[in-house]
Amino acid sequence: MAYSKKVVDKFENTLNNPKAFNVGSFDPSELNIGTGMVGAPACGDVMKLQIKCEPQGNTHVITDVKFKTYGCGSAIASSSELVEMLMGKTLEEAKEIKNKEIVDALELPPIKIHCSVLAEDSIKEAIENYESKQ
Amino acid sequence: MNTQSTIYLDYASTTPVDPRVASKMMEFLTPDGEFGNPASRSHRYGWKADEAVEEARSHVANLVNCDPREIVWTSGATEADNLAIKGVARFYKSKGNHIITSKIEHKAVLDPCRQLEREGFEVTYLDPDEGGIISPEAIKSAMRDTTILVSIMHIHNELGTLNDLEAIGNITRKAGVFFHVDAAQSTGKVDIDLSSLPVDLMSFSAHKTYGPKGIGALFVRRKPRVRIEALIHGGGHERGMRAGTLPTHQIVGMGEAFKIAKEQMKEDHEKIKAFHTKFLKEAMKIEHAYINGDVDNKVPNILNISFNFVEGESLIMGLKDIAVSSGSACTSASLEPSYVLRALGRKDELAHSSIRFSFGRFTNEEDIDKTLSILHNVVERLRELSPLWEMHLDGVDLDTVQWNTH
Repeated sequence: MAYSKKVVDKFENTLNNPKAFNVGSFDPSELNIGTGMVGAPACGDVMKLQIKCEPQGNTHVITDVKFKTYGCGSAIASSSELVEMLMGKTLEEAKEIKNKEIVDALELPPIKIHCSVLAEDSIKEAIENYESKQ
Repeated sequence: MNTQSTIYLDYASTTPVDPRVASKMMEFLTPDGEFGNPASRSHRYGWKADEAVEEARSHVANLVNCDPREIVWTSGATEADNLAIKGVARFYKSKGNHIITSKIEHKAVLDPCRQLEREGFEVTYLDPDEGGIISPEAIKSAMRDTTILVSIMHIHNELGTLNDLEAIGNITRKAGVFFHVDAAQSTGKVDIDLSSLPVDLMSFSAHKTYGPKGIGALFVRRKPRVRIEALIHGGGHERGMRAGTLPTHQIVGMGEAFKIAKEQMKEDHEKIKAFHTKFLKEAMKIEHAYINGDVDNKVPNILNISFNFVEGESLIMGLKDIAVSSGSACTSASLEPSYVLRALGRKDELAHSSIRFSFGRFTNEEDIDKTLSILHNVVERLRELSPLWEMHLDGVDLDTVQWNTH
């Protein structure tokens, strides 16, 4: 397989230790939770990303993240990588995250770049959802 | 990683060479062996090599019950398929320009058909039924006055399903149309009797039957005679149907492998059938697992299962100590899910989640038990990771969800 060791390790660690890698769900109806779900089963990947935020000064900070991903190994690794990047970030900082950072961190092969795009979409949507509730 | 610690359940992709075959092949390579060119008529090196080639040809013919003169060596089943399809089409193009095949043939059949379409031929690609079987009636109704060739595989490489060659052949014979069969997966798995089967051309591969890669054969019937236009020219070997110096060691390997296949077919079959029964029973204890292909009309060495709510490539990555293959889009360069499973009418997500397990001569009970245990564990873990599984448990009908595909 053309995957880097980083993708394989990320995937395996997430699979073998889901709690430590923030696999799970928050109640999406809570006001301090933002949920983003992107992709489609027919396309082979669906990512659900949830952020828990709290107000801090004149912004909001991500205090916890949960995710679930259906997809190929690199889709799962991309979600997991994104989750790590999000911890403790303000929403403004989180909005700045680009898929390229995930590509670089995991050394994704060109054919799997869409996985990182999907991950970027999932955080955008989660933030949008959170902000709509405030 | 040491590949020996990985359980090999991908025999439908390729088999290891049987050690008995490998040692036989070694006799035809080195200076102290029979390394001669079988086409050399002027010395004993050539005669000995020729003798070995002809003995191997007899072993191949013997397994499928045909005349050795009806066997043409090729570089593999892909070349045999190309030679049969393009060879017949080009030779008989003055008789007609229509070919019938199916949507779930191997690419080695589909791609030559596409090539012939570019050359002005017309091709009908039949749909299989939901079990992966091509109905003889469908072939009958697709026949035209201009039909010259029908190409349908015997055992399906992804599903293990079996087509009824006799019923199809009776239709093609009646219509005066040639019938080609890709039988790459069949040798050593099921009996083939070409003395009674109404088949005109049949492709074989050595490396699916414990022989070496890089060698195969095409059966070309003599009575009633089939003629083909050669693809490769340069010396008139193989009765003008396939030029090129014969690779003696490869041919001897195929011959030995097919000889062993004949002797050991029953023993292999019984062992593998027991594994299949056990595997099926245990794997189907996993909720929402679906068998792809008609389970009542298939060989036991191939088992294709979809595990819903889990994507196939991630499942394969999870099953890292087991060598299997997937119909998942993500394992292919095209990112398209298996065209075979889609043609069966499987929903895309089930096509994405399919795994092909294929067992063989060197599979043992421990491999089966270990695989089953890992499989249960990994499917469960991936479902814990799957938002689709969560939605399913919450009672959401995934078909009614508006997906945000971007």
